[in-house]
Amino acid sequence: MLRSQFWKNFLQETGEIARFTGRLFSQWFKPRYEIREFLRQCYIIGYKSLPLIALTTFIMGLVLTMQIRPFLVDYGVESQLPAMVGIAIIREIGPVITALIFAGKIGSSIGAELGSMKVTEQIDAMEVSGTNPFKYLVVTRVMAATFMLPLLVVLGDAVALYGTYLGVNMTGVTNFGFFWTKVFRNLSFGDVLPAFVKSFFFGFAVGIVGCYKGYYSKKGTEGVGQSANSAVVLSSVLIFIIDLIAVQVTDVLGLN
Amino acid sequence: MHIAGNIKKIPQTSGQGEAVMTVRNLYKSFGAHRVLIDFSLAINSGENVVVLGKSGSGKSVLIKCIIGLLKPDSGTIEVLGESIPELSDEALDEIRMKIGFLFQSNALYDSMTVRGNLEFPLRRHSITATQEEVDELVKSALEDVKLEHTIDMMPAELSGGMRKRIALARTLILKPAIILYDEPTTGLDPITSREIIELIKEVQQKYHSASLIISHDMNCVRMVADRVVMLIDGKNYKEGTYDELIQSSDPVIKAFFE
Ligand SMILES: Nc1ncnc2c1ncn2[C@@H]1O[C@H](COP(=O)(O)OP(=O)(O)OP(=O)(O)O)[C@@H](O)[C@H]1O
Ligand SMILES: [Mg+2]
Repeated sequence: MLRSQFWKNFLQETGEIARFTGRLFSQWFKPRYEIREFLRQCYIIGYKSLPLIALTTFIMGLVLTMQIRPFLVDYGVESQLPAMVGIAIIREIGPVITALIFAGKIGSSIGAELGSMKVTEQIDAMEVSGTNPFKYLVVTRVMAATFMLPLLVVLGDAVALYGTYLGVNMTGVTNFGFFWTKVFRNLSFGDVLPAFVKSFFFGFAVGIVGCYKGYYSKKGTEGVGQSANSAVVLSSVLIFIIDLIAVQVTDVLGLN
Repeated sequence: MHIAGNIKKIPQTSGQGEAVMTVRNLYKSFGAHRVLIDFSLAINSGENVVVLGKSGSGKSVLIKCIIGLLKPDSGTIEVLGESIPELSDEALDEIRMKIGFLFQSNALYDSMTVRGNLEFPLRRHSITATQEEVDELVKSALEDVKLEHTIDMMPAELSGGMRKRIALARTLILKPAIILYDEPTTGLDPITSREIIELIKEVQQKYHSASLIISHDMNCVRMVADRVVMLIDGKNYKEGTYDELIQSSDPVIKAFFE
């Protein structure tokens, strides 16, 4: 009983999100282009997330290095520390952690913002003021999330690697240049490109889920909280699902 | 039988000029829930019509159909000669420039200042205006509601009555020919309500606009209504002047005036 209800809701919601995505693409390339609002969203979604992403990825790089070191020391390959942590960060941990932090910060704020605009009739007010609210609010936010997350991932990776550098330096003294050579010598195109490409999908998922949850928010302030909350939960799960698909695809393409 | 019903429902006019808005035989349901059932109404130029009805009777649904935010299931809505449900998005934007809409919840944009809120309709409708003209319009709209000093404040910093007045200023900034008010005085204290009512009357005298006002505030009804329409059970149950209705012996109508 309960289980069939769950699947019914699940399928229904999947269908609705698919329809929402279809509507998004049908409007994406059509004028009028809301360039100003898009740039404003890039500033809010991208630039304003910088400190948080930098802080979390820095700590992650540092901690990861400290955790892995004893293991490598046991095997007498401590010199491989930068290469090993580097590859873990660039291929997997950097993009996923950045995307999850992004989902927590941006997914919830988009969900809450659009949700409260919905329940206080601001979305209707835009519509009667000569504005297509779907273009003005949804398309701009999804675009900004899609294009800003990959940039944040690149930055997050760099900061995480700097954390790694400090971590490596805690015992021995490594030359800064030497450290970077070590990291990059082991990296190939096949490590960097798939990670970069999948972050576009992560960003898109966070944007579309946040907008969907907000845009169809239930009436009342409770509905707004629910939108924000379920936006974070659903987009975080989607990030892992996309990650799983991405690793299969890169495997098939022979990039692994 | 149906035809006879329709003829009877064709709204009466009070002879103040030609109709600027007519609604005929409007039906709207949400799933199995029937909200508007064969509702009709007409408004003439320069006239203030109040729609009176219980909470949940479909008053907001009615004016959302009129402005094109909701699509009726059937029936006609003509505003300034255009049939609203049949318009394309562009044509709808065009006609909406001539219709002001005051939302029940004000619907001020939280993320913008008062200035941003007032500029929004000016900038978004396809109007070519210079920065000076926009500034001038914003200033005069704020003067109309006597809140010039709030221009750089955020909506969250304003009181409920001030927010209502700013929303009113935003509604009026394009000098609409028809204004739709959704419960303009609900949730305000009697003194502020009175101020809002005075403002509505001032605006009407200044711009000679026609208005449709939704209200259950009897003071408001008495002060502004040229004609009152009773929305009961989804229909235009009865219409007439305030004085006519208050003398009615029908218990359903009496209940509103006690
Ligand atoms: N989008 C919607 N979806 C489903 N039902 C709706 C929707 N909008 C309104 N309704 C229903 O239509 C009925 C009329 O709602 P409406 O908001 O028009 O009432 P109202 O007369 O404006 O009441 P109030 O005086 O409380 O504002 C309500 O029962 C409401 O539940
Ligand atoms: Mg209402």
